[in-house]
Amino acid sequence: MIVEEIMNDAPYTLAPSNTVLEALKLMREKKVRHLPVVDEEQHVLGVITERDIKEVLPSSLQDEPNSPVFHAKVEDIMVKDPLIAHPLDFVEEVALTFYESKVGCLPIVSGGKLVGIVTTTDLLYTYIELTGATEPGSKIDIRVSDTPGILFEITKIFHQHHANVQSVLVYPDSENTQNKILSIRVKTLNPLVMIEDLRKEGFDVLWPNLPGVSL
Amino acid sequence: MKKAVFVYSPEQLGYKFSDTHPFNHKRLTLTMDLLKNIDALDDSDIVPARVATEEELLLAHDPKYIDIVKKAGHGELSEAQCESYGIGTEDTPIFENMHEASAQLVGGTLTAVDYVMEGKARHALNLGGGLHHGFRGRASGFCIYNDSTVAIRYLQEKYNARVLYVDTDAHHGDGVQWSFYEDPNVCTLSIHETGRYLFPGTGNITERGNGQGYGTSFNFPMDAFTEDESFLDIYKQSMREIFEFFKPDVVLTQNGADAHYFDPLTHLHGTMNIYREIPKLAHQLAHEYCDGKWIAVGGGGYDIWRVVPRAWAMLWLEMTDQTLPIGPLPQAWLDRWQPEAPVPLIPTWEDPSPLYEAIPRKAEIEEKNAQMLAKALHIIRNEKRD
Repeated sequence: MIVEEIMNDAPYTLAPSNTVLEALKLMREKKVRHLPVVDEEQHVLGVITERDIKEVLPSSLQDEPNSPVFHAKVEDIMVKDPLIAHPLDFVEEVALTFYESKVGCLPIVSGGKLVGIVTTTDLLYTYIELTGATEPGSKIDIRVSDTPGILFEITKIFHQHHANVQSVLVYPDSENTQNKILSIRVKTLNPLVMIEDLRKEGFDVLWPNLPGVSL
Repeated sequence: MKKAVFVYSPEQLGYKFSDTHPFNHKRLTLTMDLLKNIDALDDSDIVPARVATEEELLLAHDPKYIDIVKKAGHGELSEAQCESYGIGTEDTPIFENMHEASAQLVGGTLTAVDYVMEGKARHALNLGGGLHHGFRGRASGFCIYNDSTVAIRYLQEKYNARVLYVDTDAHHGDGVQWSFYEDPNVCTLSIHETGRYLFPGTGNITERGNGQGYGTSFNFPMDAFTEDESFLDIYKQSMREIFEFFKPDVVLTQNGADAHYFDPLTHLHGTMNIYREIPKLAHQLAHEYCDGKWIAVGGGGYDIWRVVPRAWAMLWLEMTDQTLPIGPLPQAWLDRWQPEAPVPLIPTWEDPSPLYEAIPRKAEIEEKNAQMLAKALHIIRNEKRD
């Protein structure tokens, strides 16, 4: 999946001459926490976040409604030359950038101009979608040896039962590095027949466990 | 006025996918035979289920879908042609006269509604209904037409009623929930095993309704291995607070009996205790808030020999103010059905104790469920404080 598919392609923006008060109002009205700052040609000059604003504002415990800070320009407090990404970047690359650089958003730039924005929230939602669970389905966890062709052997069984596989997650087995755990969501209320066939083929079905099996 | 009527017609048994399919309405026969054996069900209590008309089915379903179901059941369509409608799948295979059989189950629930709303009976039970996964234009999870959705729309149109739908099936009542997700005059309450593991995958506490209907959908997803005490805590607290909050005119309960330890499709580890307690509270609250107007339907239940007959018998006994029995089941019933049952029948109304080995993480699971309950009810409790 590429960034273009998950980015917000109509982000709210600020001009460098906008005030802190204007930035704050826009964030509150539109319920966003990140605003790119652009010039008239949509070149990205900086990014301002809710946190940047909070850092410069007087404490909410003090009564300073007319603090001059509200009238400061955003260009004075924005992060200049922020990290950016391209619409064709892979979603997982962007995820890594978020994780390593500890930023909360990336302006997406193409042809030198701002074309969108991606935030950690967008990424989290994409992850939720990737795990399936938006369509009726049953979850089956299987421990398999980490060898080529295993996924084929397993999906063959679902195919034989005309069962639609909605999502497949593969993750390492914490007990044995030679194994992987497959977490599969299948569109069926009655997975028992498939589980029976998986077991017949020698697969180690971890979930659902039969009654009486300990956690 | 009669205390309660038991809606049933032998034609309801025509809703049958195959001999090996887990959804098996032989459980209706087993339940009725058990009740008759203890003289708790008289022929005069039984009223025949009518067949829902096409106009009534249209209250909840697309005309195109009804047409597909009709044709499929008359051998006019192949499995491949029906698959996009959820029919002809392993879960919901095509069977002969499936439209007629499904309309009969819906009609049973409508019969129950009319008895209660016309004041001919205080309560009514249609164990053949409870097909809560059916969608507007698609079958899902063994359910072709959604009798509860049709019945609730019918209650709204014909009787202008404000309806509380309570679903204690181990699977989330998704079909009914989505039908009334934006409707502020229907409240849905579903207690089920978490969708993280179990079909249909939905029923998170964050599903609270939408638009005008925001705040009238309630979900209580419980962890696997929940067991009786935690299940009943959640049930009792949520029921009382939601009745008080919503103040329904009538309550429709879906009484799936698949949260039991023996049920092959779920993992909640309930026992017969929950099936004693569930109808008691529904009965009591129906009298407190709805002048007794209580319609009950069946639902899931895949251990048809050891679980469903006892659980559903308890529901009827409670509905008719008969003492809930303890001790041995009638020997005649055991003798009649044991030869056919693939498992040894449970000879008493109670489950053997202990029924299963102790659950190692019981305390943590209960704690997690309690947290879930508090989050799910937060919206009501918050409003109360304001």
